[in-house]
Amino acid sequence: MRDFGVNDILYLLTATQWTIYLTILSFVAGGLLGLVLAIARTSRSPLASGAALVWIRAFQNTPLLIQLFLIYYGLGLLGYRLPPFVAAVVGLTFYTSAFLGEIWRGCILSVPRQQWEAGDALALTPWQLRRHVVLPQAIRIAIPPTVGFLVKLIKNSSLASIVGMTELMRAATAINNATFQPFKVFAVAALIYFTLCFPLTLLSRHFERKLDVSARG
Amino acid sequence: MSVLEVRGVSKSFGTVEVLRDISLELEQGQMLALIGRSGSGKSTLLRCLNGLERIDAGSIAIAGHHMGRDPAALRRLRQDVGIVFQAYNLFPHLSVGRNIMLAPRLVLRRSDAEAEAKAREVLAAVGLSEKFDAYPDQLSGGQQQRVAIARSLAMTPKVMLFDEVTSALDPELTKEVLRTMETLAETGMTMVLVTHEMNFARRVADRVAFMHAGRIHEIAPPDDLFAAPRTPELQQFLSSML
Amino acid sequence: MTYQFQFGAVFARVDLLIDGFLLTLQLTAITSCLGFLIGLACAITRTYGPAPARLAVAAYVEVFRNTPFLVQLFLIFFGIPEVGKLLGVKWLPTPYWAAIIALSINIAAYMTEVIRAGLESIHRSQVEAAESLGLSKLQVILHVVLPPALRNVYPALSSEFILLMLGTSVVSVISVEELTGAGNLIQSETYRTFETYALIWVIYFALAVALKLLLDLLAGWIIGRRVSRIGASAGHA
Ligand SMILES: Nc1ncnc2c1ncn2[C@@H]1O[C@H](COP(=O)(O)OP(=O)(O)OP(=O)(O)O)[C@@H](O)[C@H]1O
Ligand SMILES: [Mg+2]
Repeated sequence: MRDFGVNDILYLLTATQWTIYLTILSFVAGGLLGLVLAIARTSRSPLASGAALVWIRAFQNTPLLIQLFLIYYGLGLLGYRLPPFVAAVVGLTFYTSAFLGEIWRGCILSVPRQQWEAGDALALTPWQLRRHVVLPQAIRIAIPPTVGFLVKLIKNSSLASIVGMTELMRAATAINNATFQPFKVFAVAALIYFTLCFPLTLLSRHFERKLDVSARG
Repeated sequence: MSVLEVRGVSKSFGTVEVLRDISLELEQGQMLALIGRSGSGKSTLLRCLNGLERIDAGSIAIAGHHMGRDPAALRRLRQDVGIVFQAYNLFPHLSVGRNIMLAPRLVLRRSDAEAEAKAREVLAAVGLSEKFDAYPDQLSGGQQQRVAIARSLAMTPKVMLFDEVTSALDPELTKEVLRTMETLAETGMTMVLVTHEMNFARRVADRVAFMHAGRIHEIAPPDDLFAAPRTPELQQFLSSML
Repeated sequence: MTYQFQFGAVFARVDLLIDGFLLTLQLTAITSCLGFLIGLACAITRTYGPAPARLAVAAYVEVFRNTPFLVQLFLIFFGIPEVGKLLGVKWLPTPYWAAIIALSINIAAYMTEVIRAGLESIHRSQVEAAESLGLSKLQVILHVVLPPALRNVYPALSSEFILLMLGTSVVSVISVEELTGAGNLIQSETYRTFETYALIWVIYFALAVALKLLLDLLAGWIIGRRVSRIGASAGHA
C-alpha cells in the first residue's frame, strides 16, 4: 500500500485526456447522426419520422449502462473483439444522437410556422427551406441546450470505465485499489470533472441569457 | 375620528424621489380618490398604506395600526386594510370560493364552514353567488375583479384600497365593477382609490387628491376640485382627461 | 460462425430478475420521494432564504450537477468510511444505503433547479396579493406560490423521475442487486451475456414507458381535477 501522491494526480490528468477524446468523438459523431434524426423527425415522411422516433426512444428510455453492455458484448458476439474504447465511442455516439436529435427537433419546431410558410411561398425546395431558412434560426436556440448536453456527456462518459475503458474514472478506481485512500482519490477525480463541466455549464447559461435578452429586445 | 393619518411621508426608489412629504387624513366611512398623471406616485402611495412598500420618512396610522417593520404587526395591519389591484391577482389554482376562503382560514383561523359561509356572503354582496365553484380563468375580467373585491371583503377590513381596478376593463365591465364599489361605499366602508374614472370620483368620492411629481398638489371635495382647479397643473390634467 | 441466441438459460433465473426488478422499483420510489423533498426545501431556500443559505444551496447544486454520479457514489460508498475513520466514527454504509444516499442527494440537486424555475415562474403580484391578505411568508409559499409553480414544471419534474429510474442502474457497480445487478449475476452464471442484457434492456424500456404513463395519469389526477370542472361547468353554461 502506498500513499496517494503527485504521480497519481499526473496519472489522473493523463487519463483525463481519454475522457476528453471519448467525449469529443462521440459528440461529433453523435451530433451528425442527431442532425439526421432531427431532420427526419421534422420531415413530412411518416416512415422517416417514425424510424427516428423509435431510435430516439430506444436510447432515451433505457439506461446508458445497459446500452454500453449491449454494444460491448453484442459486437463481441459478431466476432469482433473490439477494444473498450471503440465500444464506448459507439455507445456514447448512439446515446448522444438520440438526445441531440430530440433537443434539436424541439429547436427546429420552435421556428415560427410563418417562417416555414414564407419559405414555401418562395418556392424553396424542402431541403433549401431547411438549409437556408429554418436551420440558421434553429441553431441560435439550440446552442444553450446543446452545450448543456455536452456537460451531461462528459459526466456519463465515466460509465465507459465499467466496460473497461481506461479514462479518468477507471484510472481513479485503479489508484484507489493501490492506495486505499478513496476519499482523496475520488475527490480529485470529482474536482477534475468539475473543472471540465462547470465552465461549460456557465457558458450554456450565458448563451441562454443572451437568447432571452434578444428575444425580449 | 380619523381612520387614516399620513404625516410627512417620503419615499425614494434609488435616487428617484417618488413621494415627497405627503400628509393627509381620512374620516371613517369616507372615500378618497387619488388622481394624477402616470408616474406621479399614486400607486406607490397606495401601496405604502398597507406596507407593500416601505416608507423612508414620516408616519402612517391606518385602521388603528401604526405602520412599522415588525412582520407580525404588519400582518395584523393587513387584516384590517384590504387592497385590490388592477390585474385582479386571483390565485389561478384555486376556485373562486377557495380564493376567498384562503385568508380567513389561514390568517383568521376560521373553520371551513365559517369561511365558506363568509365567502358566500361576500360573493352575494358583489353579485356573483353562482360563481362559487368556478375558476378564475372561467370568469370575465369584471367578474374576476369583483371576486378580488370579495376576497378582500372576506377579511372584514376597516379600510379598502383600490389601484385602478377598472383600467383593464372595457366600459361595460367597468360599469359593473364601479357599481360594486359604489354599493360598498354606501355600506360605510372607508375607501382610498386610485382612478382615471373622473365622473365616478366626482359623483361618489368625498374628497379628491390630485398628485403631481410625488406631492399632493391639491386636495378638496370633488365639486370644488373639479369645478375650480386652482393650479395650472390640475387645470391641464383635467383638460387632458376630457 | 453464426451465433445461436438462447434465452432459455436466462429465463431460468427469472427469480433473480424479479428480485432485481422489485429492488429497482423500491430504489426509485424511495429516492424520488427523498430527492423531491430535499429538492423542494433547497429550492425554497435558494429562492427565499437568507443570502448565506442561498449561496450554500447554489454551491451544492453546482457541485452535484457538474460531476458524474459514479464519482459521487464512490465518494459516498468508499469515502464515508475513510472520513469516518479520521473523525473516529465507525460507520460502513451498506451498498444499499450508499445507493439510497447518493441517488437522493444527486437527484435532489436536479430537482432543486427544476422547482426553482417553477417558483420563479410565479409573478410577484401573486405574492403581493397574498401578503396583503395578511398571509405569513411561509403560508404564501405553501398555499399560493407552490401549487401553480409545481404545476408549471410538472413535465420537467416527471422526466427527472424517469432519468432517476434509469440512473439507478449505475448502483449495480457497488453490487446492489437491482435489475442491472441481477443481470450481472445472471450473465456470469449462464454466460448468456448478450441475451441477458437484451432482456434487461427491454424491461427497462417497458418500465420507463409505464412510469411515464403513470406520471401522466397522476398529472391528470392532480392538475386535471380542474380540467374536469371546467368541462362540467362548460356543459351547463
Ligand atoms: N419598484 C419600483 N422601482 C423603481 N421605481 C419605481 C418602482 N415602482 C414605481 N417606480 C417609479 O415611481 C414613480 C411613481 O410610480 P407609481 O406607480 O406610483 O405611479 P402612478 O402614479 O401609479 O402611475 P400610473 O398612473 O402609471 O399607474 C414612477 O416614476 C415609477 O417609474
Ligand atoms: Mg399606478
